[in-house]
Amino acid sequence: MSWHAKTLTQLAAALRAKELSSVELTRLLLKRIESAQPTLNAFVSVTSETALAQAAAADRALASGRTGPLLGLPIIHKDIFCTDGVRTTCGSRMLDNFVAPYDATVVAKLKAAGMVMLGKANMDEFAMGSSNETSFYGPVHNPWDPRLVPGGSSGGSAAAVAARLGPVATATDTGGSIRQPAALCGVTGLKPTYGRVSRYGMIAFASSLDQGGIIATSAEDVALLLGAIAGFDSHDSTSVDRPVPDYVAALGQPMAGLKIGVLKEFFDTGLDSRNAQRVRDALTVYERLGASIREVSLPNIGLSVPAYYVVAPAECSSNLARYDGVRFGYRCKDPRDLTDLYRRSRGEGFGAEVKRRIMTGTYVLSAGYYDAYYLKAQKVRQLIANDFERAFSEVDAIMGPTTPTPAFELGAKTSDPVTMYLNDIYTIGANLAGLPAVSIPCGFVGALPVGLQIIGPHFAEERLLAAAHAYQRETDWHRRIPPGYE
Amino acid sequence: MDRDSVAAIAHLARLELDEPELAAYGESLTRILGLVGELDRADTAGVAPMAHPLAGLSQALRPDEVTERDERDRYQANAPRAEAGLYIVPKVIE
Repeated sequence: MSWHAKTLTQLAAALRAKELSSVELTRLLLKRIESAQPTLNAFVSVTSETALAQAAAADRALASGRTGPLLGLPIIHKDIFCTDGVRTTCGSRMLDNFVAPYDATVVAKLKAAGMVMLGKANMDEFAMGSSNETSFYGPVHNPWDPRLVPGGSSGGSAAAVAARLGPVATATDTGGSIRQPAALCGVTGLKPTYGRVSRYGMIAFASSLDQGGIIATSAEDVALLLGAIAGFDSHDSTSVDRPVPDYVAALGQPMAGLKIGVLKEFFDTGLDSRNAQRVRDALTVYERLGASIREVSLPNIGLSVPAYYVVAPAECSSNLARYDGVRFGYRCKDPRDLTDLYRRSRGEGFGAEVKRRIMTGTYVLSAGYYDAYYLKAQKVRQLIANDFERAFSEVDAIMGPTTPTPAFELGAKTSDPVTMYLNDIYTIGANLAGLPAVSIPCGFVGALPVGLQIIGPHFAEERLLAAAHAYQRETDWHRRIPPGYE
Repeated sequence: MDRDSVAAIAHLARLELDEPELAAYGESLTRILGLVGELDRADTAGVAPMAHPLAGLSQALRPDEVTERDERDRYQANAPRAEAGLYIVPKVIE
């Protein structure tokens, strides 16, 4: 098998054994990125020069006897993470010229661990989208079929990892933006517990929902990276001060005795019967490993999409008020006065979906509507969190589909925003309740991958990754590579 | 949601929209409000609005000490217009 198809763990061993240098690995992947870019458009920026410099530094460190589990290994960062001295666009014209003056904590930690940044992944504008079609830099295409979307908003991260342009990518998840593209591209994606990973330097969309995480080709690689990015950060007061466990060491937890809950509601409506069958097949693998399956119910989960489309736009309208054409970002030409400067810089700098969400948020927070929409949504959010808490008093993990269907065609859902929003029907609940959740490949519908979602209680990442790993030891769906990228 | 309501919201959000955009957003915001209107189905009597996804955590505090360096020039390098350490905008007071 070629180097690009290896996992991080295998690549780390190869670097240590001097079978391969970091510079050789970096060159090989940069070449793959270059040849895939016209088809997939998975990157906004490819940072070849810094990558080769970081790789050379890593090789020198390795030669001098320095070790480290991530030293010299490649990483792709979603273009929502600020990278010191490197353009950081968030997929928006608004930040087309923005060169971040500091590193996000996630970026700084991985840089300190000796990882080599290959580039910045394309994404939906300000992470608002489920198909990567809202990016100012054009849509990302799905490596399994370039006529289809890769999912979003972390579509570039998922497509790049699926096409083996890099072994691992950072990503973020506000309503499903890690898990949904991971499912549609056939890779493994983890959204950690809210607060597990610092949000400092991660461009804000909806601050009570946003969480950084990882997309890789295996649960083992996700575990390795999560250990490196998790933890308290004095720059993010919502990051949680709690010890970071050894996620890799916990991968061997047995499945015997694990109580798995299956949500009645997730199988009720809208789920493609073929996706449903793949998920049921996956559950039988867990039963074979000694886990027990029972039905659980979340009576209010059906309201998660409506609650989300009040809370997320409300927070978005506040967060994006900072883009004023004054301090950084896009400014319109020849403003007549200050109001004109604000209105035209924002009107021209933001794309259609971002403006739609800002207006939705402005409306639900405006005088006379706050109680009816925002306060009501926050109460429903509490009901949904209570439902999960009750379910987790009976089961250790909840399993179900990540998405209602496999990847859909580009343009298929762009005419009606509500149709697009309903893509995230199975993923949004975990964000509203702040829960960790992972999506892993569990088979195919035709030539397209299907994702199994595993949701756990707060801070149950070890259990989720162990469950994902146990499945990946029994199956090889996660090792399937899109045709043409082998 | 009619044209004038959309225009009022767009002004609150300081977004310049042209007439076709006002019409298109009127239609899509109406659909979105239809979706979120489903929240009325929920019985939320006696439920406190969620303030934080992790219940029981208190806000982290730190000692009130200066920890950051002055990096004004570096940050202002991203400004559309800055001079002498100041951000330049159109004249506000005649």
